[in-house]
Amino acid sequence: MKIIMWLVLGLYLTSAQALQITDDRGVVVAFDQPPQRIVSLLPSLTETVCELGRCARLVGVDRYSNFPEHVKALPQVGGGIDPNIEAIVALKPDVVLMATSSRVADRLQGLGIKVVALEPKTHADVRRVLHLLGQVLEVKDAQTVWRVIDAAVSAAAQSVPASARGQRVYFEVNAGPYAAGEVSFIGETLTRLGAKNIVPAALGPFPKLNPEFVVRANPEVIMVGDRNSVLMAARPGWGGIAAVKAKRVCVFSPAQADVLVRPGPRMAQGARLMALCLAGQLTEAAP
Amino acid sequence: MLPSSRPAFTLALGLLGLSLALGMLGVAGGSTGLEPLSTLWHAPVAQQIVADIRLPRVLGAWAAGALLGLAGAVAQGLFRNPLADPYLLGSASGANLGVALALVVFGGSPLASAWLARLGLTGAAFVGAIAGVLLTLSLARGVQHTLRLLLAGVIVGVVLGAAKDMLTLAAPESLQAMQAFALGTTGFVGWSACLLMLTVWLLCMAVAWGLSRLLDALVLGEATAQSLGLPLAPLRLGLVLVLALATGCAVAQTGLIAFVGLAAPHLVRTVVKTLHGPLLLLSSLAGAVLLLGADVLARLLLAPQELPVGVLTAVLGGGYLLWLMHRRVRLGAAS
Repeated sequence: MKIIMWLVLGLYLTSAQALQITDDRGVVVAFDQPPQRIVSLLPSLTETVCELGRCARLVGVDRYSNFPEHVKALPQVGGGIDPNIEAIVALKPDVVLMATSSRVADRLQGLGIKVVALEPKTHADVRRVLHLLGQVLEVKDAQTVWRVIDAAVSAAAQSVPASARGQRVYFEVNAGPYAAGEVSFIGETLTRLGAKNIVPAALGPFPKLNPEFVVRANPEVIMVGDRNSVLMAARPGWGGIAAVKAKRVCVFSPAQADVLVRPGPRMAQGARLMALCLAGQLTEAAP
Repeated sequence: MLPSSRPAFTLALGLLGLSLALGMLGVAGGSTGLEPLSTLWHAPVAQQIVADIRLPRVLGAWAAGALLGLAGAVAQGLFRNPLADPYLLGSASGANLGVALALVVFGGSPLASAWLARLGLTGAAFVGAIAGVLLTLSLARGVQHTLRLLLAGVIVGVVLGAAKDMLTLAAPESLQAMQAFALGTTGFVGWSACLLMLTVWLLCMAVAWGLSRLLDALVLGEATAQSLGLPLAPLRLGLVLVLALATGCAVAQTGLIAFVGLAAPHLVRTVVKTLHGPLLLLSSLAGAVLLLGADVLARLLLAPQELPVGVLTAVLGGGYLLWLMHRRVRLGAAS
C-alpha cells in the first residue's frame, strides 16, 4: 500500500516536472515549462520551429537561417560552428537549438542554458524532429503538420508524368565532384519521385566520385545544387553525356538549393522543384 | 666535372620508367577498378573515356607534379632552406583568394556560370597566385635580401589567407567550392590544360637550368656568390619568376596540392648528390612520379569513389621521407 502511494506521488511529481526529452546526443533535457525564448543555430531547426507556429518565440538565429522572411529581422548570433556565446547569453534564451556537431553545447550548459542538439539528416529525421520540437513547444498537432508535408511530397511524386519516371539522375552537390547518393536526404526525395539515382546506396550519402563514373553511368537528367560548379560541357568527356547533349541540366539558384539540401519542413517544396526538373520544365530556366 | 653524373642519370631513367609504368596503370584504372586495355577498345564509351578523360588526366597529373617539383627545388635552392616549398612566396594564398573572390563576386549572379566558364576559376587562381608573389616582392622591396623576401612571403600568406576566410564566411555558399580547390584535384584536367602545363614546364625548366649556376654558388653563401662575380639580383629575379610561373600554372589547373614541392627535392637528394642543374630536372621528375602515383592510388583505392589527391601526396611523400630518415638514423647508430 505504501509503495503504491509513493508511486502515485512519484507520478504526480514527474508530471509537475512538465516535460523531459532526449536529444540526439542522448542527453536528457528537462523543462519545467515550455520555453518562451528560443535561439536556433541551425536553419532547418529554425524552419521547423516556424512551421510549428512558434516563430514568435524565436529571439535569435544563426547567420545562415534565412527562412521564413520574418527571421531575417532577428538578432544574428554567429554561425552554427562559430556562434557568439556572449550574444546568445545576452538574449536570455530558455533553450538553444543546435546541431549535434556544434561544439558550444558544453559551454552554454556550463553557463546554465538548456541546449537541445538535433541532427536531422533523413526524411524520418524530419518527422522525428517535428514530433520532438512539438513536444517541447507544446504543439498538439505536430503529427498533422508532418502528415501535410508528407502528403505534399506524395503529390509532387504524383505530378511526375509516367514517361519521366525511372530516368537516370545525377545530383551534384558540388564540383568535387561530390554527389548526393541514394541514402542522402536529396536521394530519398529522388527515390520517392521515381527517379533512378546513378549513385547507389553502398557509396554512402555524399561520395566524392571519379568523374568518369558519371560519364559511364550516362545520366539522362543532371541536377546541380551549387551554382559554382564548372559548366558540365566544359569538363573533359562530359559533352557526350545524354543529359548534357539534351540540355537536361537543372542548375538550382542558391535559394532553391537551400530548400533542396535542408532536411526540414520545406522538403515538399524541394520535391516539387525536383519533380519540375524531372518533367523537363525547369531546364536552364532556373529563376 | 660531375662525379655523380652516372647515378643521377640512372635515377632519371628510373623515374622516367616509373612514370611510364604508373601512366599505363593510370590509363587502365578507372571508376570500375583496373581493367585490361584490350577490353577497352571494344566499347565506344570506354574508348572515349580513355581518350578524353584518362590520358589527359595521367599526363596532367604528371605535368602538375613536375611543375611543383621544379618549383620546390628552385625555392629550396634560392632560400638555402630545406623547409622552403613552392607556396612560400604567397602564391598559394594568392590563388586561394583569387578563387574566393571570383566565387563571391560572380558566383551569385545568373550570368555567373557563363562568365566563370569562360575565364574560369583557373584564370582567377593563376592571376591570384602571380599577384600574391608580386605583392611579396614589393613588400620585400625586391629580391636582394633573402630573409626579407622569406618574411614578406610568410606575412602575405597569412594576411591573404585571412582575407580569404573573411570572404568565405560572408558567402557560405562558396565554402564547398573553396574546399574542393584547397584539397586539389586532377579529375577535370583536359587536353588543353595538359598542353599548357607541359609548355610552361619546358619553358621553366630551360630557364631554371640556365640559371642553376646561381643556385650552386648560393650553396657557399651569398657573400661568396657575390665575390664570384655573378649578377645576383637579376639572376635571382629570374628564378623567382620561374618559381611563380610554375607554381601559379600548377595551382590554377589542379588546386593546392600539398607536399609535392617540399618532398620531391628531398627524395632526390637522399639518393644522389649533384649540382643544381640535374637536381632541378630530377626533382621535377620525382614530383611528377609522386603526383601521378598519388593520382592513380586516389582513383583505385575506393573506386568508384575518389580520395582527394592532396591527402595522398602528403601520406606518400611524407611516409617515404620518414622512412628514409628513420633508416639513416639506424644506419648511423650501427656504424
